[in-house]
Formats: sequence, structure tokens, C-alpha cells
Amino acid sequence: MRFLLFAIRRLAASVPTLLIVLAGLFMLLQFAPGDTVDALVAQMGGGDSAMMEQLRKYYGLDATATVQLVRYLTRLVQLDLGFSAIYGKPVIDVILERLPATLLLMASSLSFAFAGGLVLGVLAARRVNQWPDGVISTIGAIFYATPAFWLGLMGIIIFAVNLRLLPAGGLEEIGAGHTGLRRAVDIVWHLALPTATLGLIFLATYLRIMRASMLEVMTLDFVRTARAKGLAKATVLRRHVLRNALLPMVTLVGLQAGTMLGGSVVVESVFALPGLGRLAYEAVVQRDLNTLLGIVFVSALLVICVNFLVDILYARLDPRIAN
Amino acid sequence: MRLTRRDLLVSTAAAALAGTRPDVSSAQEQPKRGGTLSVHLPGEQRILNPAIRASTGVYIVTSKIVESLVDLGADGKPTPVLATSWEATPDGKTVTFKLREGVNWHDGKPFTSADVQYTALELWKKYLNYGTQLQQYLDAVDTPDEHTAVFRYARPMPLPLLLRALADLGYIAPRHVFEGTNVLENPANTAPIGTGPFKFVQYERGQFIIAERNPNYWRKDFPYLDKIVWRVIADKSAASAALETGQIQLSTYSALSLADYDRLKKDARFDVSSRGIEANAFNNTLEFNVRRKELSDVRVRRAIVHAIDVPFFIENFLYGRGKPATGPIPSSSPAFYPGGEVPYAHDLKKAEALLDEAGYKRGADGIRFALKIVPIQNGEDVPLLATYIQQSLSKIGIKIDIVNLDIAGALSAVYRDWNFDLATGWHQYRGDPAVSTTVWYRSGSPKGAPWTNQWGWQSDAVDKLIDDAASELDTEKRKLLYADWVKVINEELPIWMVTERQFVAATSKQLQNHHISPRWDSSDWHDTWIS
Repeated sequence: MRFLLFAIRRLAASVPTLLIVLAGLFMLLQFAPGDTVDALVAQMGGGDSAMMEQLRKYYGLDATATVQLVRYLTRLVQLDLGFSAIYGKPVIDVILERLPATLLLMASSLSFAFAGGLVLGVLAARRVNQWPDGVISTIGAIFYATPAFWLGLMGIIIFAVNLRLLPAGGLEEIGAGHTGLRRAVDIVWHLALPTATLGLIFLATYLRIMRASMLEVMTLDFVRTARAKGLAKATVLRRHVLRNALLPMVTLVGLQAGTMLGGSVVVESVFALPGLGRLAYEAVVQRDLNTLLGIVFVSALLVICVNFLVDILYARLDPRIAN
Repeated sequence: MRLTRRDLLVSTAAAALAGTRPDVSSAQEQPKRGGTLSVHLPGEQRILNPAIRASTGVYIVTSKIVESLVDLGADGKPTPVLATSWEATPDGKTVTFKLREGVNWHDGKPFTSADVQYTALELWKKYLNYGTQLQQYLDAVDTPDEHTAVFRYARPMPLPLLLRALADLGYIAPRHVFEGTNVLENPANTAPIGTGPFKFVQYERGQFIIAERNPNYWRKDFPYLDKIVWRVIADKSAASAALETGQIQLSTYSALSLADYDRLKKDARFDVSSRGIEANAFNNTLEFNVRRKELSDVRVRRAIVHAIDVPFFIENFLYGRGKPATGPIPSSSPAFYPGGEVPYAHDLKKAEALLDEAGYKRGADGIRFALKIVPIQNGEDVPLLATYIQQSLSKIGIKIDIVNLDIAGALSAVYRDWNFDLATGWHQYRGDPAVSTTVWYRSGSPKGAPWTNQWGWQSDAVDKLIDDAASELDTEKRKLLYADWVKVINEELPIWMVTERQFVAATSKQLQNHHISPRWDSSDWHDTWIS
């Protein structure tokens, strides 16, 4: 019950933010030269002005910006995200089609980065300033500094083109008609490279945070007490240090959930995955206002949800926060 | 990317052999039935209906599902598809098409002249880009019987122009599906129903489109392929990787990067060529806004052209793919190409002299005047050319600012707001100057129509030549009119065609009977097979 109230309060607090974001984005796109009809005509390679006028009317672009904004917000209040110009169907359908791929990619690479960062961070902290620490930190820094598209393309060239171990792109084998477990395996196989690409970039951040926070916790009094009462080194690390060192990591997950949504534009394009990032990019290029606003709306909801989960996790890790 | 010297030798030797003896092996082999062809689709298509959207991105998918009245044969001449024969009256105002009998739509209904009548009047004339212009004088389509369609025009329509244009702008949609509905919202726009060799199965947005073999196709025992899959791959490098891993077998209309085409050219597994895409030539362009005082002087326009070394640009930025243009009609269009030289060769001294003569002396800082250029980004080479122009013109004292916009922004800046001094992009030539080329020069185009004359430039002589040629029925006279037109254009230089280029395709050598007609990528692929 307390959680529910907490959840409702959190959601209510984010409503004004959402409205400001949506209205702001609407205004921003009004400033962008060209509209969705220009983008369409660009794609077609030409069109006469009578046809363009007809299309503007069809997309409701003949009204003034204010009227369009009011129309949009009125629809939004009725939980209607409108009609997508690129896809010719309701925005909500378009987004729901894309959401699974994005969530899958985000969840898998976030878990990968989190788990990898945790393990490597602990290893580095245990051997601080010795060679394993040096190696781990250097590798982390290299991945951190590498652009996602380059890492993805190199992954494709090595593992798909040269070694022929993994597929070059796509979410699953097209038209193979796999079902059940076979399909799941197929998707995992296809997502291996994109997950590694996106995850490796975030890994470095987690690694460094974990290492620093481990080192800090290890100097605290309660750790000395634990050691003094004769606990094994591994037990001290696992039961006392790790748990406390995890708090900043969890904070980071909450913060990066949003970044991951944006960061996946590049990875989705390189690996031809049908995710929200690419949809957003396409929506900007094609000036598809409804779709873009819809994505922002859904992404904002996602970030709010993730942060809510993080808050709950805090309470579990450190009971002092719950009180 | 490990490549031993031996691999390299073997592959270059094989490529050389393949180049000198084309298709020797395939000619001897029996066509094989079955298999799936996977094709690269670089971008999402909003609509899959070639009767209301004319673009190569639509054709590459839909021309296998929906059929046109005519297509272009291997010799570049119109060949029958849904129309079996055609005839024009001497006054050029009536064109009669005999239609193929025994053809059924994918939903089982018969194809008749009523479909042609409806599509021509309700879709081509009202919605189809370029079709609205081509068919603007189409008054009526009579249907004396189920397999005859008589097109009646208010003004003479040259039959060769109509037939050439109909290869692209002559796709027929089923009347019984579209009649009485909102055409733009009809579900058949994304789930097309046609008469072609392949039936539409599925369009998974952002991922793929699938079509399967039509067992009741009117060409008996065709097609060979069981299935065609179009994979949406937006990233160019990822698309070449997909080609190399065999995920796709074909990427066409220059959808890969020029660097990758150059690399794949040396790979024995692929044909990299412009063969079979000749019907779509294009130019890099430089548009002048002559509302700008300096640019209204033809000497300044000529000076700018003299300052740019086109062969250097082609060699170093386009990997040698292309040649300097001699005018708005490309040499790949023998029916209209008037021949001739590049009108203004690279000559910096002459450029400087012309600018001095026009009264624009260099200032104290060496600058004569400043202009802004808007690149209209149809392809990766457009921003490169903009930069090259910037550097070239700085040598003759013209300072250039590049205004970077994406394509929707650039189109509205240039064509709707006239907010540019120079612009550079692509002009596409579609087989006949009257289809989409003369609109770049004819005055009177409404403000906002993209890829039309919005340069503030007008010439009565040019307008008259364009109008006369569009309705001239004598083929020879028509060619001469266009030759005169090119001469005037090159003299006046309202816009400059910088290069003359063709699209490139990379095709897996597993694919047989590929690129055998001038618009093969937009043809029906009924006789294509995989070995």
C-alpha cells in the first residue's frame, strides 16, 4: 500500500515534466525547416504542388502551429497518441511493435554491463594498483572511448563476415518460421553482437564506479570490525563490502536507462534492429511529429518506471533508506 | 580483414575472367526453380503502391507484385506487359491499348480495361508524382470492350514519350479494391494486390517485406523464384556486411557507400556494375538563385563553372564513377542526346577574367563576394561536392558558406522559401526530357514544387522550345527541338549539370539473369533464378 501511494506520487510529479517536454519538442520541430510532406516528396523524388497541398491537408498540416498543438494535447488527454505519417497507422501500434526489441536490447546490454562491471570492478579493487587492476582499467577505458558504430561494425566484420559465427544483423531469421525455444535461441544468437556492442561501452562506467566504491567501503570502520572478528577475506568482501558498494551502481542503472534508449539509435541502425531509437531517428528525418512525440512520451514513461524500480531496490539493499 | 596475397591473386584473376567472359557458365546452365532472393531495402517506404508513388524505392519492391502496361526490353524499347499492343491516331490525341487476356488479380478477380480506366483517371492523373503532369491533358479513357482501353488527350501526346514514361508511370491498380474508398488510406497501399509474378505476404515495419511466388501467373511456368525478401538495412556499412555474409544478394540504386562498391568490385563473389540500371541516369547539379544580383549576371555563373575541376572531383570523390556532363540530357539517352562538348572547361584564369569583367573586383581581403550554398542531400557525394565547390571558389575570391540541413529542410529552404544563393543536389533523368527534366527549366512552376525551376530565371525561348517538344509527334523533329533547347540552356546556364552518372548495383553471382534490361531492378524478375 505504501509502495502504491509512493508510485502514484512519483507519477503525478512527472506529469508536468512530461507536458513541458512534449510542448517543447513540438515547438522545436516547428522551428525545423520542412515538414513531413517535404520529407515524403524527397523520398519520392518529386511531386507537384497541388499534390503536396492535398497531402498537407491530409496530415492536418494546413492548420497553424497553435491549433496543431492544442489538437495534439486534446488527443493526448484522451490517451490517443495520434496517427503516424510514415506508417499510416496509429502511433501507439507503431511504438508497441518496436518496444519489445528496444526493451530486449536495453535489458540485455544493461545486465551485461552491470554484471561485467561488477565482477571486473571487484577484481580490480582487490588487486588495486597491481597488474590486474591496470589491465582491467585500461581495457575499460579503451571501450569507453570507442564510438558505438565503429565497435559494432568491427564486431560485424570479425564475427559475421570473417569468422561467420554470428549473423550480421536483424532481430531473427526472416521467414524461417521458428517458434518457441528455437525462436528464442535464434533471437539470442542475433542479439549477441548488439548486446556486446552497447554493453561494452557502458561496462567501463560501471567498472570504474564499482572499483572506486569498493575501495572506499573497504576503508570503513565496519569492514575493519568484520576483519577483526576473524572473518575470511572473501566473506568480508561478499557480505559486507559488496552490498554497500552496490548502491552507487544501482543509482547509475537508473540514470543510464534513459541514455541507453538514446544510445541504441546507432546500435539499432548498424545491426538493422527494429527498435525505438531508429524509429525516433526516422521520425525526425521524416518530420513525423506524432510518432516522435509518441516515442518521447513512451520513453519518458520507461525512464520513470526504471527509476521507480531503482528506488525500490535501494530500500532492499539498504533498509535505512526505506525508513 | 585478413587477406592473403594468394586470395587476392585468385580473386582478381577470377574477376578479370568474369569481366571478359560474361555469363558463359549461366548461359549453359538450365534455370533452376525455387529459392529465396534477399534484397537490400535502404529505407522504410510509406506506401507500396506504384500507381500513386513513383520512386525507385517503391519500384524495387512493388514492380514484382504490381504490373505496368509496358516495360523496357533489353534493347531499351517498350515491350508489352499488361498491354499487348498500342496504336496512336495521326493527330496524336488518341492512343489505343489492347490489353492482355486471361490475367487475374492476386485476389482472383479478372483484370480488365475498367482497371486501366480507373487507375489512369483516378490515380495517375490525381495522385501519382510525375503522372499528374504527364496525364494533365488526358480527358477520358474509353473502354469499348473488356480488353481495349482508348486514351483520349486534349493535346497531341507523342507515343514514344507516353510509352517510355508508362514503363515507370503505368502501373495498374485493381479498381475493385480502390473504387469508393479514400485512396490515400486504402490498406492495399501497404499490402499491394497486383497481377505480377509474386504475391505480397507480409510487411514487418523496420525489418522486412516478403512476397511469394504467384502460382497462377499469366506467364506460364514463371517465376522461377519461390520467395523474395526485402530486408530494411539503414546503415550503409551494415548493408555491405550483410551482402558479404550472404544475408542479402542484391543492393542496388547506389544504396551502398561508394567506397564499399569500390571494394566489392574486387571481390569475385559479386558483380558491381551500372549495367541494367541505365534507364535511371542522374547528375550532380549546381543551382543558381538568379534573384541574387551577382548571380543574375551570366558571366558570374560561367566564372563559377570555370572554377570547378569536375574530372578531379569525379576521380577523387566518386571513385571515377561518372563523367562531366555536356548538358541536361545524358549521353546514356541516345534517343535525345545531342552530343557536344563540356560547355565550360576548368579554367581559373578565365574565371577570374569573367568576374573582373562583370565588375566584381577582389576586395582588400582578396574576396569578391560571399554566397551561401544549400546541399540537398540525396546522396553521400552531395556534401562532398558542396565542400569541393567551397574550396574551388575560394581560389577565385568567392567566399562560400555551407548551410547544412537534412533533405526535408533543404527542399523547403530552396524550393519553398527561395532561401539560397547556390544549391547542389541530384537531378534524375527518366528516359525522356519531358518526364522530369524540362520542369527544371520551364517557368511558371508553382512556388514550393521541388525539383522544378524555382531559380527566378525565365526565358521565353526556352519555354517555347519545351512546350513545342512536349507535343511534337515527329520523333526526329522532337530530337532536334531538344538539341536546340540544350544549346540555349548551355549558353544561359540557369543551372549547371556538373556530372553525369549512373546508379550502381552490387549483385551476388549466385543470381542469374540479373540486370538484363535497362530498368531491371524495377522490373518484375519473373525469369530471375538462383544457382
